[in-house]
This record gives sequence, structure tokens and C-alpha cells, in this order.
Amino acid sequence: MLLQDSSSLITGASRGLGRALAESLARAGSRVVMVARERGPLDDAVATIRAAGGTAHGIAADVGDKQAIHRITGAAAALVGPIDLLVNNASTLGPTPLRLLLDTECEDLERVLAVNLVGPFRLSKVVAGSMALRGAGVIVNISSDAAVEAYPTWGAYGVSKAALAQLSNIWNAELDGSGVRVLSIDPGEMNTRMHVDAIPDTDPSTLADPRDVAARILDAIAGVTS
Amino acid sequence: MTPATRPPPSRDAIRLLVVDPRSGAVADRRFDALPQLLVPADLLVVNDAATLPASLPARGPGGDAVEVRLLGPTAGDRWRAVLLGAGSWRQRTEDRPPPPPLAVGARLAFDGLGASIAALSPLSPHLVELAFDRAREALWSAIYAAGAPVQYAHVDAALPLWEVQTAYAGRPWAAEMPSAGRPLTWELLGAIRARGAAVAWLTHAAGLSATGDPDIDAVLPLPERYDIPARTVAAIEAARARGGRIIAVGTTVVRAVEGAAATTRGLVPGSGETDLVIGPGFCPRMVSSVLSGVHVPGESHFELLAAFAPRRTLRAAVGRAAALGYRGHELGDAMLILDGAAETHSWTSSSATASRPAPTGANTTRSTTPASTSLPPTIST
Repeated sequence: MLLQDSSSLITGASRGLGRALAESLARAGSRVVMVARERGPLDDAVATIRAAGGTAHGIAADVGDKQAIHRITGAAAALVGPIDLLVNNASTLGPTPLRLLLDTECEDLERVLAVNLVGPFRLSKVVAGSMALRGAGVIVNISSDAAVEAYPTWGAYGVSKAALAQLSNIWNAELDGSGVRVLSIDPGEMNTRMHVDAIPDTDPSTLADPRDVAARILDAIAGVTS
Repeated sequence: MTPATRPPPSRDAIRLLVVDPRSGAVADRRFDALPQLLVPADLLVVNDAATLPASLPARGPGGDAVEVRLLGPTAGDRWRAVLLGAGSWRQRTEDRPPPPPLAVGARLAFDGLGASIAALSPLSPHLVELAFDRAREALWSAIYAAGAPVQYAHVDAALPLWEVQTAYAGRPWAAEMPSAGRPLTWELLGAIRARGAAVAWLTHAAGLSATGDPDIDAVLPLPERYDIPARTVAAIEAARARGGRIIAVGTTVVRAVEGAAATTRGLVPGSGETDLVIGPGFCPRMVSSVLSGVHVPGESHFELLAAFAPRRTLRAAVGRAAALGYRGHELGDAMLILDGAAETHSWTSSSATASRPAPTGANTTRSTTPASTSLPPTIST
């Protein structure tokens, strides 16, 4: 898939990796639709891309809300055309400071799964059908090493990311031959607000810049579409 | 025919009446038998328009309730729309009172959105052009927040937006669901492709099925926009060249393809608007077969289908469907007018063992299929 003249939908796009990805994709010529819950930071991120000459639209929505899914996908396809690239980047840690499973409220686990697993599934289900019809498309699910390693207090988040990674695997098995590819990417530890929320005392100089990670992810997208 | 009052338990859990327009034979099948009815030369063309949340409650300048049903954007922040009066979707549109008289410039207030009436159609003052006070993502977000899909009085409960989408929907162009494609699951689409038949797509802005305004309803369907990709034009040409059938999924696909083909340019890639109304006597240039709902005489869709099968055959087929307990309307059972169906080798083989894929090979195209193959036992002529 050539990013030039493509249509991208990125969740969690007002900050951190999502914003860096939206900026990189827009620079590569993709028309980006950016989703985030908070209008203020989202408008700021959209304005930055537009000021640089890119095409960007912001939709304030919560991917953990079932009612929001078609609002996002419908408005996105209306604004930029059928979606060629979906990046499921939005995710939540649940309440911070992070807690032991024994201290985790069941409702907090449900909320983490709704945002990190069910939301990406719902969005993918809508856009992958259109992609499979057209015979091309890429879905990127942002994973974490917490999907594999059993870090104490990272239970809800780790479970959600492990499930998301397996969801990516099964999507790929089912979509084999359709022209639609699903990437599960662990971006590593980045200097983002989420990381500060999770581990407040980390030295930021030891963390990757989300812009560098975004560049690697664009390379990975190019790798499965060339 | 009794309308379906709720979605089936699964999308493809409906019945399929197969009609051979040449012999007049009909067969009662399950919808999931569709792949076995096709041969590798065939091309299925779907409409990938997603369904808009086209129904928006509003208040007129005097506070009167108005329901706005969006047809689609005309330019920028302007939309073509039909105005209905007070009442709810539980009433048939023809039983609803008309909206209050509204002149050009009158304001409509929606939840979180406003618009003024920019133009009235000479056809009816209830067919209008609206100028919204928002644009781009702010407008689209507001439409999705305030709107709901057009509802049907014969359906038990309000349909959420996801119930009125096909499994392959892309751009939100349809004022109402292109319902013929609703039962097409990806399992079935995969089976159709695995069988060697092709699947292509176009986007057609399926319009409103009823407005309650007799002047508008008398001329439905209104002109509708379409977009046909180059790949689909090529697929149609390739299928015709190999003697395959062009099977339109829904009357909207018929309208888009035949509407484009009827222009002076012929069937070329790109977008346009068609005012073509298809009925008995219309000679289709491209489409040979149609998958649709089961439509009864008097419906405009029945008239369209009469371009693909003799009216007598259609009437008999619909009568048989009703006797078999078929359900009609958007969530109901399906009908496939399949040119040469009764001669197709695959049809007969699958009737004996519905789960076994029919053999493929030299005898799977119509031209080489023995004419003596018999029809399934449920056939009546």
C-alpha cells in the first residue's frame, strides 16, 4: 500500500505515539482521521498537521463506547474515503497507580478490555470488511511487552494486550489471501504520558522518542504492503 | 407477504427463492446455498455504501416537530433531504402528518446542530436542500451524534446503526440500507470467491423507500449518485467476455450499472448521478441476474425486477414464496433471479446434497451444461 493518497484512521491520536504516527502518515501523503477522547489536545494535534500542509480531521470519541464505533468509521470514510490503514493505538492502563490483581476492581478490568481489546475489534470488524472487498488494507494493533511478560500490577493491561496480540494472529489467519494484513507491534518503552502514569520515576532519557518509533512502524507497514 | 419484523438470528439465516427467468422454474433454498448456485464465470456486484444515520429529529421555527431524512450531500455543507411531520417511526410514513410549511431561509434546530432551508424542490416543498451551520468533521460528528438509521413501522424495535450495515460497507452514502447485501457474510463471500466466481463492488447512494409525501413517493427513486471503480468496470467486461452472468446484489446495483451504461459515455469508471427508472420493457445492457428481497406487485422494486423476468413468472414466484411463508421487506428473505439457473449443473448437484460443493470444471458454465439436468424437488413451474 502506498501511503501517498491513502486514508488512515488512528486512535489515541492526540498525544504520544498516536500523534507521532498521525504526523508521520500525513507527511507521507496519507489523509489522516485522528480519534481521541479529549477535544482540546485533539484539535491541537490536527492543527499542527494542517499547518504543515497535511490533511487531517479530528473526531472526539471513546473507542471503548460501542455507540461510538460507526460514528468513527462512518465519519472517517465520509471525510477521507474508505480506510486503507487503521491504527488501533488508543489504550488505557486502568486506574493508576497500577494495582495488584487482588486489588483490581472487576469493573476496571472490564473497562480496560473494552478500550484495549473490544474497541479495536469493533473498529477492525467494520473497516476490514471494506478492505477485504477492495483486496487491500493494513491494520496495526499496538501491543506491549506486558502482553508477554507477567509484570506484577500490570494485570488488566497485560491481559488486554495479550488478547489483542492473539486477536491480530487470528485476523491474519482468517484474512490470509485477502490482501488485508494485521500487524501487532510492540513499540517498546517510550517517553509518553502513559509511561509517566505507569512508572512515574523513570528517567525520560532512557525512553524512546515516539517519533522514532512511528518511523519504524511506517517501515513495518511498508514491509507488508510492498 | 408478511414483513420480517426483526433481524434473523444470523445474517444468512434466511430463505432464498431462486427464479429461472427463462423456464419460469422456482426453487426454495437456504440463503447459504448461494455459492453453489454460481459458476466460476459469474460476477457478483455489491453496493458497498454504508448506511447513514439519515433520520434526524428537529424543531422548526415555531417549535414544531420535524423529522429530517437525509438523502446525501450536494456540495460542501449542503444536503438534500426530505421533511416529515410529527410522529414516530412506529407510524407508516403515509400516516404521518405533513411537516409545517417551511420557506427558504427557515431554520431547523437539531440536537447540537442547526441548518437553514436553502432551496425547495419544485416537486414538493418537503424535498429540500439544507445548509448546515457546520462543515466537515464537525458536521459529520454531529450527524452521527444526532441521527439514527431510517426505521420501519413493521419492525418490532428500533434498529441500531450496526444492524443496517452490510459486512463490507465503506463510505456512508446510503439513506437506507442496501438490504439485498445484508445476508452476505464473509463466509459466503469467501465461498463464492473460492468457487472461482468474482466479487466486485460499486458505491450507490440508495435512497429513501418511502417519504409519506404522495408527490415524492410517486416518482421514487429520486436521482441517486454512484461511483464505479475502474476495477469493477474491467471485471464486468471480463465476465461478459467469458460468458459469465453479471449478478447485481440489490436493485441499487442494477440502477448504478445500467444507469451508467445508458449514458452516452457508456459504462466507464467514475462517479455520476442516475435518474434511470427501470421497469418492464427495459432491456438491461450489462446486468443479467439480480439478488434482492422478495418484492410484491405494486412495489417499485417489483417493477424493476420485471426487467429481468416476465411479470407472470415473478407474480407466480412471489405467490409461491408467500405460500411457503417467506418474509418480505428489509430484514426478510431473498430472491435470486438467476439467468439460466435451471440449466446450471451446480444447482442440481447441490440440491441433492446441499453441503457438498458442486464439482467445478468444464461443465460448470451454462453453455456446456447438459440441458437435461433436473431441478430440485421443491421446484414448481
